[in-house]
Amino acid sequence: MNILEIKNVSKIYNDNLILDNISLNILKGEFFTLLGPSGCGKTTLLRMIAGFTTPDSGKIFLEGKDITNLQPEERPLHTIFQTYALFPHMTVFGNIAFPLKMAKWSKEKIKIQVEELLDDVKLTKYKNRFPSELSGGQKQRVAIARSLVNRPKLLLLDEPLSALDARLREHMHMELVKLQEETGVTFVYVTHDQSEALALSSRMAVLNLGIIEQLDHPVIVYSKPKTYFVADFLGKCNILKAKIIDILDNSIVLFVGNLIEIEINVEEPNIYKKGQVGWYAIRPEKIKLRRIKNDDTMSTESDNDKYINSGTVVSYFYYGHSTLYEILLKNNAKIQVMLFNNKSEDLKFFKDNSEVYIAFNPNSGNFIEEI
Amino acid sequence: MKLSEKYVLSLPALIYLGIFFVLPIIIMVSISFMLSGDFGGVKPLFNYESHQLHTNLTLNNYKYVFHTYFIWQLILRTIFYSLLTTVFCLILGYPIALLISRSGDKLKNILLLLIIIPFWSCFLIRVYAWMIILGPNDAINKLVNLVRDYFGLAHINLLYTSFSVILCMVYINLPFMILPLYANLEKHNIDLLEAGQDLGASSLKIFLNITLPLSLPGILIGSVLVFIPSMGMFVIPELFGSNCTYMIGNLIKQQFLQTMNWPLGSVTAIIMTFIVVIISLFGNYLSEYLKETENVED
Repeated sequence: MNILEIKNVSKIYNDNLILDNISLNILKGEFFTLLGPSGCGKTTLLRMIAGFTTPDSGKIFLEGKDITNLQPEERPLHTIFQTYALFPHMTVFGNIAFPLKMAKWSKEKIKIQVEELLDDVKLTKYKNRFPSELSGGQKQRVAIARSLVNRPKLLLLDEPLSALDARLREHMHMELVKLQEETGVTFVYVTHDQSEALALSSRMAVLNLGIIEQLDHPVIVYSKPKTYFVADFLGKCNILKAKIIDILDNSIVLFVGNLIEIEINVEEPNIYKKGQVGWYAIRPEKIKLRRIKNDDTMSTESDNDKYINSGTVVSYFYYGHSTLYEILLKNNAKIQVMLFNNKSEDLKFFKDNSEVYIAFNPNSGNFIEEI
Repeated sequence: MKLSEKYVLSLPALIYLGIFFVLPIIIMVSISFMLSGDFGGVKPLFNYESHQLHTNLTLNNYKYVFHTYFIWQLILRTIFYSLLTTVFCLILGYPIALLISRSGDKLKNILLLLIIIPFWSCFLIRVYAWMIILGPNDAINKLVNLVRDYFGLAHINLLYTSFSVILCMVYINLPFMILPLYANLEKHNIDLLEAGQDLGASSLKIFLNITLPLSLPGILIGSVLVFIPSMGMFVIPELFGSNCTYMIGNLIKQQFLQTMNWPLGSVTAIIMTFIVVIISLFGNYLSEYLKETENVED
């Protein structure tokens, strides 16, 4: 069931098209993420849902009700700001009680409700502290409690974790997901951090220059990027020039990088044309390296790894859990290969300038049309 | 910085304060215990008369001030006028400061300039200008009397009344209220206002629950900056008022320059200083208290 519908929304600011005819639906109870680089319009879209900006055209519906022209205070949804925006002159209790006070709840009811929320975010001990006496993570939790205290229909989060250090951020990821599941409130989360988007969302939209490049489950967005931008922006990806040379019943045949022919399965081969050019995108961790052509020391060997090519290791980067290799192919193109260091005898690296063979399953990558 | 460096560097300021602040206070306090001279000034500390050494020290000046009703009347009036001036400055200055702090950059600079420009002309010229504006034959006074005519009331003079004194004190002091208030309001995080709105507060409630409490330090500084100079004001009550609007500053000036009773003037000045110091200390205490709850964002 849709809780929020955004229909053909556009926004022009200072002659710049910030949002270009955006339409999207957000389902009740989901953790939805808007991901994009700075300036892609994700924050504008969030502020539009919150009511701080009005669209130049298009409409926004909350549970079927048109809220396009409602003031922020009239919308049954709350925002968590990047700076937390806690009221510095109020205690933790006062901050969390604020929305209830504005809604004219009775003192006793406010006390019961706030105590419950304080317990939820484990801040009961701190209820008489002022925000300046709290750590970043605690401030964050107060902001969340304050926004959830009167059970909004929707919670908008504007890069809420960007001010925290990496360790705390990971911890907050888990807390956020848990809180979302417990309360059942629909979350709309804005971030430029792709790993955050992949880890948290039930569905995500990738925005760029005011349009939605792809909207899907994180697994699909990551493994089958629909556009060049998505493939490039989200994680590391080998994006190679490709040309369709044949169209079959359930698959298409590509000529990739002037080097190899591969056949990949597609749902509707008919939407493509013979001779069409585009890209073939494959993630570095989907590619395997071998020392010799018939080496089978790689344990994840499968019958589908048909395509083998030779190249030279140019450089490698050791990340601990994995190592990233840069391989120079025969056609002078470089590709990246990520190998996980999951064996007991990890230290057997492929050294610089060593000759290697590359194996991959064509179906672990996909074809991107040139627009 | 080494300890000695600290003292060497602050030496010029210390010398300045010693000569122009500490020394005059010592002189003033000494005079307050001396006898008034026959032709102005003070009598010498000792004199030798009819084979006896007289010490010319007395507490009578203090006794006189504490027992004289009209001096206390002047002190109370001074406090009352200064309070009124502060309140009116706050009521007028707050919306202006708020407007400036919420304006765009260009407009903000123009408005700030408009507040500051009067400082570029002489204090007396500005005060005399108001005398002309309020004069009995000028537009404002005539308009007021026209309205009073309509309601069947007698004509009044705006000038030389407590009204004109306070009006001019408000005019002179207004920038000292606006500027600290602006400096405070400017710092407010716009996110806080949006958060208030987002959490269901109307504009009025945002002002009462967020903007106003957060601006208390600014209100305090502005009030102190207006109240204390108002307490020492003597030019405006003299030019705009009558003897019914005299303030303590007028008495002090009179004692030193006209009646030549320096000891009495000193006692009055000491009492005034005392009152101002107590008020400043109270203001300090309040601002420390407010600072504790103030935002310390990292």
